[in-house]
Amino acid sequence: MSLLNSITIFVLAVFIGFEIISKVPAMLHTPLMSGTNAIHGIVLVGAMLVAGSADSTLEQVLAFIAVVFATVNVVGGFLVTDRMLEMFKRR
Amino acid sequence: MTTPLALSQTAINFTYLVAAVLLIVGIRRLSAPPTARSGNVIAAVGMTIAIVFTFLDPDIDKYWLIAAGMTVGTVVGVASARVVKMTAIPQMVALFNGVGGGAAALVAASEFHRLAPAGGHLAGDDIGAMLFSALIGSISFAGSLVAFAKLQELLPGRPIVFGAQQGANAALFAAVVACGALAGATEDGLWMVLLLVGALLFGMLLVLPIGGADMPVVISLLNAFTGLAAASTGFVLENTALIIGGTLVGASGTLLTILMGRAMNRSLANVLFGAFGAAPVGGAAVAASTEGKSYREITAEDAAVMLAYANRVVIVPGYGLAVAQAQHAVRELADLLEKRSVDVKYAIHPVAGRMPGHMNVLLAEANVPYPQLFDMEDINPEFPSTDVALVIGANDVTNPAARSVPESPIYGMPILNVDEAANVVVLKRSMSPGFAGIDNDLYYNPKTAMLFGDAKSSVEKLVAGVKAA
Repeated sequence: MSLLNSITIFVLAVFIGFEIISKVPAMLHTPLMSGTNAIHGIVLVGAMLVAGSADSTLEQVLAFIAVVFATVNVVGGFLVTDRMLEMFKRR
Repeated sequence: MTTPLALSQTAINFTYLVAAVLLIVGIRRLSAPPTARSGNVIAAVGMTIAIVFTFLDPDIDKYWLIAAGMTVGTVVGVASARVVKMTAIPQMVALFNGVGGGAAALVAASEFHRLAPAGGHLAGDDIGAMLFSALIGSISFAGSLVAFAKLQELLPGRPIVFGAQQGANAALFAAVVACGALAGATEDGLWMVLLLVGALLFGMLLVLPIGGADMPVVISLLNAFTGLAAASTGFVLENTALIIGGTLVGASGTLLTILMGRAMNRSLANVLFGAFGAAPVGGAAVAASTEGKSYREITAEDAAVMLAYANRVVIVPGYGLAVAQAQHAVRELADLLEKRSVDVKYAIHPVAGRMPGHMNVLLAEANVPYPQLFDMEDINPEFPSTDVALVIGANDVTNPAARSVPESPIYGMPILNVDEAANVVVLKRSMSPGFAGIDNDLYYNPKTAMLFGDAKSSVEKLVAGVKAA
């Protein structure tokens, strides 16, 4: 994949990111922040790729911690967001 | 080193496209109340698809290492998400954000270690993206931990400032960037280590001088930072899922930060380097102006009678209510008053609690009927015709200094005009200033009466008093 391809995807994603949350009521700011917080846990994919091909002990240690951190981000993030939104639903 | 399980890169990239679509649909649904919960689930499904198919990447051969890390991470993530109290949500979000940033920095550091010793053959864009991930990820990690410590009250919520701080921060940042340039030029691990250490230090120094009241905006900004750091690892690893997922958060997080700042009438620059950073001057002046003024105390019985014979009562809940877990008691009080045909409404400031929307979550937990909740714009015109404004553990969002004292650090922040009500009853633990560390003139207003004590026991006394009235 060329650098230009990556930049193209990046620029388009910037526009989508701005567009999709343009009208958010204040009461959803906290859940939305928490939800997008879980989504940057996608870095777990990067941590997995790095861990899967780590050679030296140092790389394995770094990658292992990265996998742990990113998994906490993903799992904790989605669960906490769901707990918050569950309360809105009960009304 | 391929395994029998491996899929082709094209097939994996296709699943990443599916995952990206689900993430986008998920965020979109998260931003409207009726669809928010399903949006979160859809995004989680997209994330799961991306993770599962990454396992089938032909370059992966150390499944045990990944499985062990994910097991530990899942246990920690599930446990902390389950036990956290709703009042502690903001610091929990800060913590989850911090570990995400830390993961991005570690991914970059590990890749640097694996590829750099090859000796000056790294492509400029790869090394640039690695250094960016390491820098931004570390800043987000350290900054989020400081934000967590402030909200958890492990560190004082007030701005922590020292002389020449801005200059020191700028110099440190320049030094960190220089380390990055040297790391890129020499591909020597020492510079990478210095870059990481310097960025961690900078992240801490960036958040320390920011007051507790501004912390939500800071967490939102760091959330966007982590998104960009994750996207940048996607440039290093040439991975579309990372670029799209990270960039979506980077962009939407930036916009969300601006929206939050707008709700508090503060620009981002103002939050990061502005009035709260220089609060000692303005804060001292405001404190001096209220010194020697007297306030009026009221007993729970008297306050209960005042409420019971009022026509219109507006309840202004704040963080103190949440800390004391008084939401259920408040609801009981409101129900009792309604039975006596008192008109009861709740006034929700956009940043009541500690984050925009935080108070809505807490009151929903106590089953407060949604139609009784009113936004600031809708309730403010009603205060002049209100008999009693009952302020429960809210402080800065009711401070009239935001309207009238240009020197005040919160000047210009939209507030609830409770001082326009005929009577104001403030439930508060003591006369100590609020989260922003600013004294509140409202308490010295002649029509304000103070009811001191823990919010929950005070409200329970009011309930007993209304029953007896």
